Amino acid sequence: MHKIGVIIRKEWSEVFKNRLVLGTVGFMPLLLTAMPLVLLRVMGGEGGLGEVGTADMPASFARLCEGLSGAECAQYFFVTEFLLLYMLMPLMIPVTIAAYSIVGEKSTRTLEPLLATPVTTIELLAGKGLAAVLPAIGATWLSFAVFAIGVRLLGVGPGLVAKLGDPMWLLAIFIVGPLLAVASVSFAVMISSRVNEPRAAEQLAGLVVLPLLALFFGQVSGLILLNSRLVLWMAVGLLVLDSGLLAFAVQLFQRESILTRWK
Amino acid sequence: MIVTEGLGKRFGELQAVDNLSLRVHAGEVFGFLGPNGAGKTTTVRMLSALIGPTSGKAWVAGCEVGRQDGELRRKVGILTESPGLYDRLSAERNLEFFARLYEVADVAGQVERYLRLLGLWDRRHEPVGGFSKGMRQKLAIARAMLHEPQVVFLDEPTSALDPEAARLVREFVAELKHEGRAIFLCTHNLDEADRLCDRVAVFRTRLLALDTPAALRRQLFGRSVVFHLRAMEASFAERLRALPAVQSVQVVDRKLVVGLEDPESANPQLIRTLVEAGADIQFVGELRRTLEDVYLKLVEMPGGRATT
Repeated sequence: MHKIGVIIRKEWSEVFKNRLVLGTVGFMPLLLTAMPLVLLRVMGGEGGLGEVGTADMPASFARLCEGLSGAECAQYFFVTEFLLLYMLMPLMIPVTIAAYSIVGEKSTRTLEPLLATPVTTIELLAGKGLAAVLPAIGATWLSFAVFAIGVRLLGVGPGLVAKLGDPMWLLAIFIVGPLLAVASVSFAVMISSRVNEPRAAEQLAGLVVLPLLALFFGQVSGLILLNSRLVLWMAVGLLVLDSGLLAFAVQLFQRESILTRWK
Repeated sequence: MIVTEGLGKRFGELQAVDNLSLRVHAGEVFGFLGPNGAGKTTTVRMLSALIGPTSGKAWVAGCEVGRQDGELRRKVGILTESPGLYDRLSAERNLEFFARLYEVADVAGQVERYLRLLGLWDRRHEPVGGFSKGMRQKLAIARAMLHEPQVVFLDEPTSALDPEAARLVREFVAELKHEGRAIFLCTHNLDEADRLCDRVAVFRTRLLALDTPAALRRQLFGRSVVFHLRAMEASFAERLRALPAVQSVQVVDRKLVVGLEDPESANPQLIRTLVEAGADIQFVGELRRTLEDVYLKLVEMPGGRATT
């Protein structure tokens, strides 16, 4: 555990000196938190949508609006669209950090001296992985807290405020988010074994957001309805996916593989 | 300190290291010489437990490679071909990071000791990205020594260094030897190897030769004495060739290069013979073959030769 902590501290003190990484880690949460709040504000808080009723919502979504007024339901529909965008944070932040942390180490040839130390492969991978995952989870949770407080301050309906604490949101933010971050780091490790330039790794690993964007557009177009059951299935699916990806990443991250097969 | 028995490494179809058997003792500087692609780096990586051998066995600092790798890594220090430093971190922070990974008890003390020893203490707070090649190399050497390893692998330690810094590093290596550590030195600088190494191995996938530089010179070239004459006559060489102690005679301008088994015994007779033949001898000296001559002869020799 001690060495994992040493690696995490080193990663942060190095990676966060990179403006590009710092920009991504700082800018994305800011943007994804501010956007829904600004739009909610523009919509005018509680009652701002006037005569909108649940009948104006897609039928499948209207079922989720139990106990909400028509305006609250419209706001909830709008806010739920942003839930998936929130999931971009645990996907993109680890990819950026891991790309610079692993490929950067490869391009500056610091991996060999590092591998020559008594650190185990698991400690090394855990240190690098956690250094990428923890800021992403922290940023996601902090953004969600700021968003929840912002929603209250904007004076939207009490029903909507309560909805932010329902199982779907909690599962998405506290379970699916971290699982997505783990998947993202594992994917970044795989990409890192074949790429020599941090930016190329970041761009390739960025492909990991495609399934999430498909889900987002599916929901916007009404083809998919994001609800507690779907989020729960996402969590289960990600758990299985993470196990496979992690096993593969550990296999790739062996000393001999890195020194002789990573190109 | 280092023992290998039939050590080998194969990458698919490529045999990178074949049947390497050698011993390196405590307090010895051991030169490992060979052309690029000879398998030197692969050997060092095997001996520092970075990659596993595909045949044979090796023990380093009492730990068997492949069985006690974690313990082995605690006991060896390695200077890799490229310094490999974190450019955004300061010199001090670079060393602190590695000291913690090596579980050094007094991190601050060891970091200060080696930064001072290698003349980097005053620059300790500066990001390494701004360091010259020489400073980076010295910092990488400091990193290899932080945990006081019993065995040190140095890959081209003085490359990219100016003469002053190279001398400092050579003195540092000599100091490590006096402290009883085993130094495994890979270098293309054959003059440096000649000066620093107690024994050298010439290697190209397999061992071509292993001995002290002086013994290798003797074995491959014998001993030669050079007679500088005021004027050269053809009869001088003929008179010398007639002597039983003389193995060979070459005429180069006004010099006679004479191959001898035992110059100390034969020289008086040679000088008498030349003086009697009317030669004016201006100077007599032994022709010193360099380690470079030995290396080139071995590397260019088909099949090489193995001596221990």
